[in-house]
Amino acid sequence: MEITVQEFKHCDMITIKGRVDSATAPQLAQALEAANEGGKYKLVVNMEGLEYMSSAGFRALLAAQRNCKKYNRGEVVLAVVPDRIREALELAGFTELFKTFDDTLSAVGHF
Amino acid sequence: MLPAEAAFNFLGMQTIQFAAKFEFLDEIRDFVGHIARDAGFTEKEIYNIQLATDEAASNVIEHAYEGIADGMLEMSCGFRDGAITIILTDHGESFDPSTIPMPDLKADLSKRKIGGLGIFLMRKLMDEVHYESHPESNSNTLTLIKRKG
Repeated sequence: MEITVQEFKHCDMITIKGRVDSATAPQLAQALEAANEGGKYKLVVNMEGLEYMSSAGFRALLAAQRNCKKYNRGEVVLAVVPDRIREALELAGFTELFKTFDDTLSAVGHF
Repeated sequence: MLPAEAAFNFLGMQTIQFAAKFEFLDEIRDFVGHIARDAGFTEKEIYNIQLATDEAASNVIEHAYEGIADGMLEMSCGFRDGAITIILTDHGESFDPSTIPMPDLKADLSKRKIGGLGIFLMRKLMDEVHYESHPESNSNTLTLIKRKG
């Protein structure tokens, strides 16, 4: 798994590539926490290059969404979610907790 | 002497031992992925079989072997009569996933439970999930079955 962070005027974009499972999810959680600690609560998670995500990744996203939405200071949105991952997120009832966008431009533009 | 049926079953399964560590989840997913692909499952089915197996293995590593550094996880997998069977055997604490309550998928963000999600996905994605504890051999087996199509 590889994580890169890009800063925009109104939000940050966290791009995850590769596979997120119980071994790599702590790195994702850490990247999301680091953004929050830096005062960034408006986050786009770009999943374009993501091949796989287990419930360990879902948990990291849920924790970040809770923290970002606190005091209405922001939220986590998902961009370019691959089909298989979207289906698993739907099964877990997570698609109701996150706005999703088909491309990164509209996700960044949401903020 | 094994009955003919059991012997055939046994020979039809491939078995690999893994150290019960998260870093081997990649190899565990590859192992079942190859067998599912050879059996002709679709890419979507293969992904879901790998996800269910990952959730099962992650649970064993996290709960059955909680606090145990040198646990072993035995994975057996085979395809027969239109179904893939995956058997995980561990020698850790008994941890019956069916005793874990289903997460409330309608709960709002603040009430959404973090735990139980992996087991929920595993049960949703597979056709059958069986758990057995064998005190005489100090082992537990978790069996996942997915039929084709």
